[in-house]
Amino acid sequence: MTDTMNIKKIEETMKAKKKSQVLEVMKRLSYNKGAVVGGILFLLVLLAAVFAPLLAPFDYAEINIQDRCMSPCLAHLFGTDQMGRDILSRALYGARYSMIIGIGSVVFSAVFGIIIGAIAGYYGGWLDNFIMRLCDIIQSIPGLILNIALACALGPGIFNIILALGIEGIAGTARLMRSSILNVRKMEYLDAARTSNCGNYRIILKHVFPNTFAPILVQSTMGVGSRIMLAASMSYVGIGVQPPTPEWGAMLADSRDFLMEYPYMCLIPGICIMVVVLALNLLGDGLRDALDPKLKK
Amino acid sequence: MPKLVEIKNLKKYFKTSRGMVHAVDGVTLDIKQGKTMGIVGESGCGKSTLGRILVHLEESTGGQIIFNNEDVTQLKKNDMKKFREHAQIIFQDPYSSLDPRYTVEDSIKESLMMSGKYNRAKALEKTQELMDLVGIAPRLRLAYPHELDGGRRQRVGIARALALDPEFIVCDEPVSALDVSIQAQILNLLKKLQQEQNLTYMFITHDLSVVKHISDDICVMYLGQLVETCSSKELFHRQYHPYTKALLSAIPSVNIRHKMNRIVLKGEITSPINPKPGCRFAARCNYACEKCHEPQKLMEVSPDHFVSCCRAKEINN
Amino acid sequence: MDEKKAFLQIKNLNVEYVTKEETVHAVNGVSFKLEKGKVLGLVGETGAGKTTIARAILRVLQEPPAVLKEGEILLAGKNLLELPEEKICHVRGKKITMIFQDPMTSLNPVMSVGSQIAEVIALHNKISKNEVRKKAEEMLETVGIPAERYDEFPHQFSGGMKQRVVIAIALACNPALLLADEPTTALDVTIQAQVLELMKKLNRENNTTTILITHDLGVVAEMCDEVAIVYAGEIVESGSLEDVFENPSHPYTVGLFGALPKIREDVEWLSPIEGMPPDPTDLPKGCKFHPRCPKATEQCRSCQPDLKEITQGHKCRCHFAEEKEGSGCPN
Repeated sequence: MTDTMNIKKIEETMKAKKKSQVLEVMKRLSYNKGAVVGGILFLLVLLAAVFAPLLAPFDYAEINIQDRCMSPCLAHLFGTDQMGRDILSRALYGARYSMIIGIGSVVFSAVFGIIIGAIAGYYGGWLDNFIMRLCDIIQSIPGLILNIALACALGPGIFNIILALGIEGIAGTARLMRSSILNVRKMEYLDAARTSNCGNYRIILKHVFPNTFAPILVQSTMGVGSRIMLAASMSYVGIGVQPPTPEWGAMLADSRDFLMEYPYMCLIPGICIMVVVLALNLLGDGLRDALDPKLKK
Repeated sequence: MPKLVEIKNLKKYFKTSRGMVHAVDGVTLDIKQGKTMGIVGESGCGKSTLGRILVHLEESTGGQIIFNNEDVTQLKKNDMKKFREHAQIIFQDPYSSLDPRYTVEDSIKESLMMSGKYNRAKALEKTQELMDLVGIAPRLRLAYPHELDGGRRQRVGIARALALDPEFIVCDEPVSALDVSIQAQILNLLKKLQQEQNLTYMFITHDLSVVKHISDDICVMYLGQLVETCSSKELFHRQYHPYTKALLSAIPSVNIRHKMNRIVLKGEITSPINPKPGCRFAARCNYACEKCHEPQKLMEVSPDHFVSCCRAKEINN
Repeated sequence: MDEKKAFLQIKNLNVEYVTKEETVHAVNGVSFKLEKGKVLGLVGETGAGKTTIARAILRVLQEPPAVLKEGEILLAGKNLLELPEEKICHVRGKKITMIFQDPMTSLNPVMSVGSQIAEVIALHNKISKNEVRKKAEEMLETVGIPAERYDEFPHQFSGGMKQRVVIAIALACNPALLLADEPTTALDVTIQAQVLELMKKLNRENNTTTILITHDLGVVAEMCDEVAIVYAGEIVESGSLEDVFENPSHPYTVGLFGALPKIREDVEWLSPIEGMPPDPTDLPKGCKFHPRCPKATEQCRSCQPDLKEITQGHKCRCHFAEEKEGSGCPN
């Protein structure tokens, strides 16, 4: 009798679904107005990048000399540039390249940074020392100069820019990962996991990683914005994306001779960069709060 | 009374930049089956390290641990797995001892799943039983640690330690982070579990009233060394070591009519880095003499009452 | 009790912590009086509002989120809550000081301990640098630290020594009122004994009125003349040490003593107070303790009891603390 009761009780409680942590975080994120605005803006830009071919009224590379330097009008909502190309179309396609560079390089440095930082933090000792001194060296070189040097060595092209920006970011991510691992390593729940007979790999994958993940995610979110800016400045000095590819930074670079007489050319890509960076920073701030289990309410 | 755990001359040294820390230095101790051995001492006396060595969270530097007549000082991977089904630990800090991203159920279930003896359904059933046993309402099954108060978290920690039906549990200051009213709940729970499941405890604490309440035997430690050990009743009735005396007299008592004569010690606890041979308490001891700077032996002053003080008999006459 | 004798008087203090999502009712109508030179023990569990009371007296509440809803804090007849910020700065440190729980974080790690004491002395006294140093050295000696260690830094001191330094800083200006927030909780028993001895000695010598905040009834028995038991932001029982410890009247106080393992008594089972302290954002109606009280009745659930005097100076907030008559619910 009590047995069947028990089984019933168990079945009943079994029905309650485990709250998905992703959904929880999303829910809490939705309470933060800044994060919502940031998220929506970022999503819009992302959509614009994906559907650029459908949205763009013109071909981004179509040169139309007689229409050059037109102010915004019905045909060209954002005007045209010095070669008569439609700025709206170029900005839309530009979103594509800027996003690919930003996200790509962040993913690149996150993957390698997490692995390297985790090794340094979890194993410690001489390996930790070696890796951290290596990071010191990389971080002691001014970021832009390192990027330029790397980009020059690798040659132009989107993939190489991603690589250059990614390599530079590894050191920072590794350092962050290491410090959060060191924080988690002090926690008694790792000892508890060991007494539960969990092996090293399980402990790293199931207990250490999930608890170090939050700061990396926040840093990476904000990192996308700063990478887009870096890529833009590299294009501006002429070693980034090569024309006619419409990356935002490259568009800015093209506009530098026309700053005074025709400001739309620099204004539009400038605003695009600003919006994305702002959106990502808002989103990152919101994520930081939403991911902290202690602040959960 | 059969012995479950025998600790023989156990040592644990840590290397630090300032020298060798003698965290546990030659502790010899027997823990009887089904009883509670209380380990008392102030911070830095090595009591937690001792407990962690017993469940193999730290490896000892020297000495021997015998568990159920088997030498478990060094264990291979497979033996370790088996050993952990017999010996478990409850941690001090209910805030850091639970993974913040694991639900109550996940935390308790983990060791069941890792043991390989349970499939998912069986493990869930057992988890339910364990939660019942330690008094966590079933509705909290999917709660995260931050949603629970300290007392409930500590109950989860207890359930996790009990999951594999161990015989021996090291309780490392399990109630020192809790408020008085909650502390009493947890102490009663531990006592109830001991009676029901014939558990053997090693109860580590700095709180003498708690240790008196829960322990059958008590061992007082100072700077990595065993100072005095005997049954709980005996210790509170008659102490031989000057440190034990001072420690007992220092407890603020709620009894406002009967004030003990307080022995206020001079000085502070010295550090256990590269200690000199001899009694480590000598520097603060009112009775210290030349002999105290030689290595001390554990002497039996009365049946089952051991003291490591060369002047124990003298002082107490 | 006549008004003139009370050195510190708190009247109907209410403090809330208000955030967007919720309101924490931290202190709910606390009133008490304290005579000059007496030591009051404020006892309660985590989150009972003890520290908030002390912070309100010292006017160091973080506002926001803290909101001082109402109340008066009269120190020698003057309402501290009405003083402007410049004036309160003068009172703080000179007349009232506080010892915080954690000696590790309440000292500045990059200043020598001596100069931290000297800083306070210089701030409140117009004397020359040499005199300040001399006075600071004296303070160190008073708390049992050799004056040669004046120029050492906090990290060179052990926990007990640091707490002595904190005490020295607090007492440097010979304050009239000392608020000690769990001054020995972070310390070992033998060190705690040293610090308690020291505080007792200083209290005797300087006649400092002290409020000792603690959860440890043993420390209270050791140090205090008067006791107030705090539960869910209210004083549930107050009186002299003898009154409260020998004749505990509120079920919560009785419960606290029952839950405590005692050194000189053998009991098989402790009697814990069932349940948990209430959620301060959602306090129960009626008596705040009724969900955990073994004697709770319908009256307790619906009607908040007053703090009534049951014998001279011994007050208790329970419907059943005295004869049934006169304990009827006013509504």
